[in-house]
Amino acid sequence: MNDVKGAPTISRAAAMLSCIALLAGCAAAPSRDDPFEPMNRAAYAVHEVVDGNIVKPIAQAYVDYAPRLVQKGISNFFGNIDDLFSFINGVLQNKPEKAGHDLGRVITNTGFGLLGLIDIASEAGIPKGNEDFGQTFGYWGIPQGPYLFIPLLGPTTVRDGTGWVIRAYTTPIGYIPDVPTRNILWGIGYLNERAQALQAESILDQASLDRYTFLRRAYLQRRQYLVFDGAPPPPKDDDE
Amino acid sequence: MTIHAISIEAPVKRKGAMRALAGVRTAAGVLLLALAIPALAQEAPDALVKRVSQEALQIIKTDPKVQAGDQARIRDLIETKLTPHFDIDRMTALAAGRAYRSATPEQKKRLGEEFKTLLIRTYSSALNQYRDQTIDYKPLRMDPAATDTIVRTEVIRSGQPPVQIDYSMGKTPDGWKAYDVIVGGVSLVTNYRDEFTQQVQAGGVDGLIKSLAAKNAGGAAK
Repeated sequence: MNDVKGAPTISRAAAMLSCIALLAGCAAAPSRDDPFEPMNRAAYAVHEVVDGNIVKPIAQAYVDYAPRLVQKGISNFFGNIDDLFSFINGVLQNKPEKAGHDLGRVITNTGFGLLGLIDIASEAGIPKGNEDFGQTFGYWGIPQGPYLFIPLLGPTTVRDGTGWVIRAYTTPIGYIPDVPTRNILWGIGYLNERAQALQAESILDQASLDRYTFLRRAYLQRRQYLVFDGAPPPPKDDDE
Repeated sequence: MTIHAISIEAPVKRKGAMRALAGVRTAAGVLLLALAIPALAQEAPDALVKRVSQEALQIIKTDPKVQAGDQARIRDLIETKLTPHFDIDRMTALAAGRAYRSATPEQKKRLGEEFKTLLIRTYSSALNQYRDQTIDYKPLRMDPAATDTIVRTEVIRSGQPPVQIDYSMGKTPDGWKAYDVIVGGVSLVTNYRDEFTQQVQAGGVDGLIKSLAAKNAGGAAK
């Protein structure tokens, strides 16, 4: 059944990891947010090698050589799917105005923008939301759980990773009956995501003393901020 | 005779032109200073953020050296235009936390210097990447007697959600100064706190200074 929907094997691995992490719970640990730091650092080291030698150069070549218009179209196409999930999660969080904007964007861009290749809605001034399942769980009061680093997928938490798995199994891409088309779209979607992270990554490289630590804190801060729609409660200061 | 006169006159003219140019430059400098001093003392925090970031963006968009990616020029721009408006000591104290309070004055000074360089280099690369964006400045609601506030701005990107950039600002004898920048919910100071704690645990304050210095000398992150 999984294969019918076409979620990649890696999402199954992530799901298993999430389950293991949930079972382990909040055992006494070196860091409150990152009890599995040794495992995560090992995963990060693997990621650095594979990503740095294969994925990143491909993403960089894509940004440097693919025509701007092609890149824009691809980014819009997958952005349209993001909007669909933002709509669903806006509804799940009872945010009718945001959800309305996102639904309007999906209808406009799918119907009049060649299945999302052209972002007409942005030109019409409809604001783009960015709700996702992880944020919905956070909005419902579910704690983030342990931090996880998944090779090739990047930083996440048990909560966000679970949301990611749900999305991987429900995204419209997974329902495309033609297997080669579906797989190509998975690939392009991944490349698009990776390419979009290049800018932030170069700043991270410049800013950090230890990339793993810097990325972890940046990710957790960013997610906390998104869950609270830009107004997170002040962080607890354990230093005082 | 005429030839002679010309050959003498020409350099004189050039000198005169240069002197006039120098005069204009001095006058412009004085004018800038005159504008800058009261601005530093009295300017409201939101007006300050707007003026400084607009000036910086203007230079980024028009200066050919900056556009060519001349890192030295970009750093110089940030050093003269931006860092005077940041409270580096306060940022260092916040990022280093407990370790800062027990550090010697010499350590504090070196830590502040190294941290400043790292921040400047980080802004250099960030500015260079986001130069084509427009910034929306949010109106500031603030008690006139307040000594601490947050100035909110938003970077507008077409087809993507906007990015909030907030500046935590405190009032100092030299005017309002930022002591934290929060980009899309990511506080720089909070982020560095984890990094600094880790370095201090491994090698004390001197270890942290050493890591910062190594990073600034061009060493890659681990």
